[in-house]
Amino acid sequence: MAAGSPAEYISHHIQNLTFGEYPDGTWGFAHSAKEATEMGFISVNLDTMLWSLLTGIAFCILFRMAAASASVQKPSRWQLCVEMLVEMVAGSVKDAFHGNNKLIAPLALTIFVWIFLMNLMDLVPVDFIPYLSQLFGLSHMKVVPTTDVNATFGMSLSIFGLMIFYGIKVKGLGGFLGELAFHPFGKLFVPINLVLETVSLLAKPLSLSLRLFGNMFAGELVFVLIAALTPFYFQWALSVPWAIFHILVITLQAYIFMMLTIVYLSQSHESH
Amino acid sequence: MESVVAFSALGAGIMIGLGALGAGVGIGILGSKFLEGAARQPELVPMLQTRMFLMLGLTDAVPIIAIAFAALLMFANPFLAQIG
Repeated sequence: MAAGSPAEYISHHIQNLTFGEYPDGTWGFAHSAKEATEMGFISVNLDTMLWSLLTGIAFCILFRMAAASASVQKPSRWQLCVEMLVEMVAGSVKDAFHGNNKLIAPLALTIFVWIFLMNLMDLVPVDFIPYLSQLFGLSHMKVVPTTDVNATFGMSLSIFGLMIFYGIKVKGLGGFLGELAFHPFGKLFVPINLVLETVSLLAKPLSLSLRLFGNMFAGELVFVLIAALTPFYFQWALSVPWAIFHILVITLQAYIFMMLTIVYLSQSHESH
Repeated sequence: MESVVAFSALGAGIMIGLGALGAGVGIGILGSKFLEGAARQPELVPMLQTRMFLMLGLTDAVPIIAIAFAALLMFANPFLAQIG
């Protein structure tokens, strides 16, 4: 990992572990960014899948442990921590969600904690896990799933699906399409209304995913740049302040994703 | 090929610069309004601070997306990949 130019190091570290179909039809790992783009749609970023599943399972296990051993008389410290989180999420949902749906609060909690855990992987030093995985024979390993645009789009497209599902369920198909066609200008201007409302509807999942992706990708890229361009005895001077700032960014982006999810789902439950 | 690299570099610079301009002005206005509101009603500061961070994240979103795309142009240029 030490040999090679800084540009090679950087482009090696922003490449996912892509498993897919080569142009000649055989299957295997991509060895470079160019090969990965040639694989196109028929490929899976295995490192994203692995780390998002691991963080999701960790979230489920940790919170299940708190719930299973919950006690009123002698709450454990972890139980108190989980209670604080749940209270915070419940408060946000009560403030922002103006409908009647039992799914929203658990969804918001999952989104917040899962995205926070995935983003938290960004604070692990850059070379740590990729170096270990190279000893196991895997050429690339990116540990932060949210720096992969596939992961963030997967989440935001699921939220988009929920938005449309609840919009049709609560308002009926006619009501949902009517809202698209008759707001904000009234029944005479249907084409203009459709254009405006469709753009704003499509902008929601797009901005949701790209916001998270952009923040995380930029953060990880700064870490990789610091690792590539500074000598080893100086790296701490730059990476420590950036890591401290990044702690804020991680939490903020998870909170923003959660709040926007709640707000969009609330908008699909109520009429204008 | 040199022209692709040159124009990518120029494009990346413009993207980051204009994004920083927008983010700077927007967050400056947001922060000043927050401080004004905090000075008028200090008891509302926790609630205002939560909303301010939310707005900060939203205002910062598109400039940071621009930075992410500029970084993509700098390090994993898709236009170069198309040529060679």
